Amino acid sequence: MILEAVGLTKLYGEFCALDGVSIGVDAGEFVSIVGPNGAGKSTLINVLTGLTRPSAGTVRFKGRDVTGAGPAGLARLGLARSFQLVQVFPDLTVLETLQAAVVARLGRATRLFASLGRDREVQTGAREVAELFGLADKRHVPARQLPQGDKKLLDVASAFALKPEIILLDEPTSGVSTADKTTIMNTLVAASKQIGLSAIVQVEHDMDIVFAYSDRIVALHQGRVLADAPPAAILADQHVMDTVIGRRAETPRAAAC
Amino acid sequence: MKGGLAVALGAAAIAAAPLVASTYHVLLMLPFMAYAVVLLGLNLLFGYAGLVSFGHALFIGLGAYTGAFLTTHAKIRSLEVILLTAAALGALVAVPVAAVCVRYVKIYFGMLTLAFGMVFYTFVLKFYRLTGGDEGTPFLRPSLLGRSLDAMPKIDYLVGPYYYYSLAVLALAALGMWRIVHSPFGLCLKTIRDNPAKAETLGIGVTRQRFYAFVVSAVYAAVGGALLGPPTGNVDPTLAYWTHSGSIVFMTLLGGFTSFFGPVVGAFVFIYLQSWVMSVVPYWRLIFGAMLAAIVILAPDGLMGFVTRRRPALAGRT
Repeated sequence: MILEAVGLTKLYGEFCALDGVSIGVDAGEFVSIVGPNGAGKSTLINVLTGLTRPSAGTVRFKGRDVTGAGPAGLARLGLARSFQLVQVFPDLTVLETLQAAVVARLGRATRLFASLGRDREVQTGAREVAELFGLADKRHVPARQLPQGDKKLLDVASAFALKPEIILLDEPTSGVSTADKTTIMNTLVAASKQIGLSAIVQVEHDMDIVFAYSDRIVALHQGRVLADAPPAAILADQHVMDTVIGRRAETPRAAAC
Repeated sequence: MKGGLAVALGAAAIAAAPLVASTYHVLLMLPFMAYAVVLLGLNLLFGYAGLVSFGHALFIGLGAYTGAFLTTHAKIRSLEVILLTAAALGALVAVPVAAVCVRYVKIYFGMLTLAFGMVFYTFVLKFYRLTGGDEGTPFLRPSLLGRSLDAMPKIDYLVGPYYYYSLAVLALAALGMWRIVHSPFGLCLKTIRDNPAKAETLGIGVTRQRFYAFVVSAVYAAVGGALLGPPTGNVDPTLAYWTHSGSIVFMTLLGGFTSFFGPVVGAFVFIYLQSWVMSVVPYWRLIFGAMLAAIVILAPDGLMGFVTRRRPALAGRT
């Protein structure tokens, strides 16, 4: 098991965003986390990637306890992420963004007097990822001038440039058109094979995408794991389908864990 | 290419100035070159790391007092030794100051740097024995490249050997900074300025990068500060006062912090404009204050903004 979370609980004051969530991700898996708004999906991703410290529970990455290791530390260990609300460096070009990721991966961020332009490894590394994500033609365009779909791709591409072992994507296709969604997902899956990524975890609202790409689906509801099964089993489970896809979460919760 | 040509022309103009310009104007070039060194460093923090320091007069003062102390009390006159000592002391003092300040951003960072600056100002003002208090300490004429030039008339020394020495230091400082901003480090610094949360998820240590940027900028400020001493021959606490920190931020804004040479241009315009306005009206601060307001509102990219903003428009037409 490459990534494992045991008994994750996260309280925000009285509000219990995660209530004893345990999930595991094996090498080679594509896992989707689904659930209605407020089910705790983003909190789970944030805890798994070190952005948020859990109130209780542990996160293990490659058998090592990484609870509270922080996003930078986890990125260096081989766990990368992208954000729900697209995160780019507005004034940096596509290539510069990817170069920064490669620099970070190679641990060269504190080389003050080395030449970036003459660093072959960084240059080719960034270019390869740009090509992999179909961004090569736009490599000199500043991120802020990119259309939304490309920004999203760049956000994901920069995570891939870290050559992580596992990647956690918080709604990789949110805010982009339906046509772009398929492009993004296909690019992503192709790229993950190219770089030898061993697992993908995504939070996704679009059920067509979830069922088309996932090996396993984890359904969250009110901070708890409602179901953890392959797509076929989820489709057959009427209760899960109703709760997660059919209706919104009934009432806002204020219950203690 | 165009940029390279502009830099070459600028350097040639500075080199030729003593041959063609009046002594008065050539003498004004000395503080310009000293400030240019300071600002190249300050802009690593301001333009490239997105942190505005209101305390860098601390390091200017530190560099200047280092030179004054060495020439007056330690009988060391070699400018090479003075500059290296100033750089080393700048780094030494910057390490603890940066370690505290870079944990904060925006106004909190600015206020902390201001606080450290005030502590240092009070120190130089009160430790009379070491610093001469409000009267300051003489900065005796330094020897250049091992040669004592005490026999030379002061003006000849300043517009001749000292002028070209300053120019050489500025050129080296600019080359060094050019390398730094075009290094892997420089790129990672820009990612932090643009989006620290995203930079963190790429595995870039945000505080560590800021820390290095702060220390480098302090070293530049100390070296520039030491160069400010010889032209006046005296170093006093106003160099370390917080309004001086404000002035260098003003110069950076005036020239434009989004461009590599913007702050250098800002220092040039500031020095000459100040001397001109002071000769016309006694209230130069009033005029400069109004100018600062106008820049922030109308030209946030400073003077260099006019140059760089026009470029894409021209490119689009061809």
